[in-house]
Amino acid sequence: MTDSILSVRNIRKSFGALNASDGISLDLRQGEIHALIGPNGAGKSTLIKQIAGGLRPDSGSIEFLGNDVTRLNTAQRARRGLGRTFQISALAMEYTVLENAVLGAIGQSGKVFRLFTPAMKDKALLDRARESLKRVGLEAQENAITAELSHGQRRQLEVAVALTLAPRAFLMDEPMAGMGAEGSKALTEFLQELKQEAPILLVEHDMDAVFACADRISVLVYGKIIATGTVDDIRANPEVRVAYLGEEDAI
Amino acid sequence: MLRERYINLIVLALLLVVPAHAYVTGEPFTVTLATRAVIFALAGVGLNLALGQGGLVSFGHAAYFGVGGYVMGILASHAQNYEPILQVPFLIEGTNAMPVIWLVAIVMSALLALLVGALSLRTSGVYFIMVTLAFGQMLYYFTISWPAYGGEDGLSIYVRNQFPGLNTLDPIQFYGICFVLLCAALFLVDRINKSPFGLALNGAHQNEERVQTVGINVYRVRLVAFVISGAITGLAGALFADLNRFVSPTMFSWQISGEIMIFIILGGVGRLFGPVLGAALYILLEHFLGGLSEYWFIYLGAILLGVVLFAKGGIIGKLAKREVSHDG
Amino acid sequence: MNTLLLIEQILNGLQFGVMLFLMAAGLTLIFGVMGLINLAHGSLYMIGAFAAAAVAGWTGNFFLALIASLVAAAIVGALVELTIIRRLYARDHLEQVLATFALILIFSEATRWIFGSFPLFLNVPEVLKGSITLPGGIQYSLYRLTIIGIGLAVAVGLFLLISKTRVGMRIRAGENDREMIAALGVDISVLYTMVFALGAALAGLSGALVGAIQSVEVGMGEPVLILAFVVIVIGGIGSIKGAFAGAILVGLTDTLGRTMLPLVFGSFMEASAATTVGSALASMLIYILMAGVLLFKPTGLFGAT
Repeated sequence: MTDSILSVRNIRKSFGALNASDGISLDLRQGEIHALIGPNGAGKSTLIKQIAGGLRPDSGSIEFLGNDVTRLNTAQRARRGLGRTFQISALAMEYTVLENAVLGAIGQSGKVFRLFTPAMKDKALLDRARESLKRVGLEAQENAITAELSHGQRRQLEVAVALTLAPRAFLMDEPMAGMGAEGSKALTEFLQELKQEAPILLVEHDMDAVFACADRISVLVYGKIIATGTVDDIRANPEVRVAYLGEEDAI
Repeated sequence: MLRERYINLIVLALLLVVPAHAYVTGEPFTVTLATRAVIFALAGVGLNLALGQGGLVSFGHAAYFGVGGYVMGILASHAQNYEPILQVPFLIEGTNAMPVIWLVAIVMSALLALLVGALSLRTSGVYFIMVTLAFGQMLYYFTISWPAYGGEDGLSIYVRNQFPGLNTLDPIQFYGICFVLLCAALFLVDRINKSPFGLALNGAHQNEERVQTVGINVYRVRLVAFVISGAITGLAGALFADLNRFVSPTMFSWQISGEIMIFIILGGVGRLFGPVLGAALYILLEHFLGGLSEYWFIYLGAILLGVVLFAKGGIIGKLAKREVSHDG
Repeated sequence: MNTLLLIEQILNGLQFGVMLFLMAAGLTLIFGVMGLINLAHGSLYMIGAFAAAAVAGWTGNFFLALIASLVAAAIVGALVELTIIRRLYARDHLEQVLATFALILIFSEATRWIFGSFPLFLNVPEVLKGSITLPGGIQYSLYRLTIIGIGLAVAVGLFLLISKTRVGMRIRAGENDREMIAALGVDISVLYTMVFALGAALAGLSGALVGAIQSVEVGMGEPVLILAFVVIVIGGIGSIKGAFAGAILVGLTDTLGRTMLPLVFGSFMEASAATTVGSALASMLIYILMAGVLLFKPTGLFGAT
């Protein structure tokens, strides 16, 4: 697996008697969108937290770009090129759109301990931030206060901030949530373009979106990956139908 | 309503005109009141960097105020008694030169803030408030129980310290020194707020996870802010001690920490001039309400309660009609 | 140092510890259930002590005075909760700190206005005066022993209240999830007032009990409040168990530190210097203990991680 950018190796995490991650292994390969699906309570967010660095696994390891990053914190992993977007928008709400993007550029540039030069006059930071905003189509809103953006625009801004890091892999937590059909479709197209520069590990509830854009899918149930494969593999997998799709239909 | 920038300019102008006028008309007491206000404002500007920009609710900034005060007291008392502070392994003498005292006060309070911050920033929220309060209280009890520098009674300095080329005993000249230092601190903090560091600090206040995930170590950013914050408040402590020519453990008391917070909330949290306006208002209230009633703290408490419950953004917020400051 | 003295100091430490527990239990409950940091808890301690001193002055009856301390603190607590505190639950911690700091100013000055600046004294009742001989021939103050007994009884009562009763179940539910408790059909604002009044009553009782050992004066509450903060930082916020463990730990560390550190330093230093260094260090000991706990368990011994 020379083209594996991110590999999770047999990680375990339990909270008391609950095994939230029960020996999970998965990998993210160059150029793909790898979707992680599973019913509520399957342990998706616990897994994402461990990959992002917010939570340390009890055992097992996580490799990123060929290096063991299991013991690195969130900021260190981000600096190595792990770009992340959140389920509930994690943005500085009082800042303008541009300020949020500049924040990403600051992290990427390592200029955070410059105390006396104005950030919003630093051409390199501004260029980088504006370039990312342009890619997601927010360049016209750069002076808007983030709290005043629509839900969909916040999603776009999340992606823009992640882009400022020039990431080597993306970790996206339900980017389609609350986007509406139109927005989802546009985002799906954008993700197809984005995966060319860095692969995407996508956690998503919207099944149509997942089946439309994912190259591979892993299904997580009760802390275990019960199947990994192409869209067709997963559709055909009887175990998945029982454990997951059946449940969805029942609702 | 008025823009925040104009309010700031008006405040600065008043801080120049009122003491000058009082001096010319022969009211040195007013100049002393203004000096107190400016020194408290400086302490508040320090805390505001941590509290307003960083969202770090330190309830122990009296510690740095006190350390600044005791640096002045210790250096000046050794100088006035002609006793070196240390002879072995090398000679350290006391001094009455203000610039040296300021420098030592800044360094010592920064070191203390580094130690307290490194421990306290491991926690957050209510823990952080309680822990900073507790460390402040620790120094209070330490100064009471350590007899070398006066213990509970404190330490008196008979002559105000010297500044090259100025007569520091002249109230207006000492006021000028304090005013210039306040302006320098305001300039410094304004630069910091606008820098990449300031953007990250305030960004982490709004959303910590966001700042982590762009690869910034939030703990380190906060620690640096906390150290600068403590150092500025420490400088204010040294000036306060020089104003009174006296230091005592009360400089370390939790009430002082509370008062520095009051300056900020009265003026407006996170606003550059919030603590300046707040401190000036506090001194005015103390002077006029204190003249009306022995129990003026009741009124102060009621006003504070009113501001917290009904006036988010403090006085500047009310005047500028904007809850969040975004003047670039 | 002989064993008898050591045991006496351990008992003193326990007595100090259970008093801190009465303060810390209320603080930690109020934080756990309502998410409020209440600086005015020290004022309720002071109000309890003043109410006891006043009632003891009128009636001469110490037990009526204790009841008065409970009732006065609970009533004042409930009134403050109804008028001001409940507006603060949804606010951030900074606003809670400042508003309750304002309450301290108001309560302290109002008390000074009513009772004057001079300390009041509350006498230990006749039946509890003097000392008692414990097994092993140790003479110990009956009153202090009674305080330990009352403190332990309150601790047991609180554990039972929280773990066995319906109200306790609601309190635990409130700690976990405010929406869930609303879904249970509990009138949440009544529960909040009750919890606040309970915390206030414990603080008031504590103030009255300590008031008979020390003097009753304005400003007596805040040093104890800050110690109670140290207790719950060590024990873990929101945990009654943590508050108890933290209180006993702080009580013992402080009391034993003050007697033993000067002796320890005296074994290798000149006597007066040993007293100076020892007592200065002893005054900082519990804060050093807190720093140590923070290094290894930033959320306290019994805190959720």
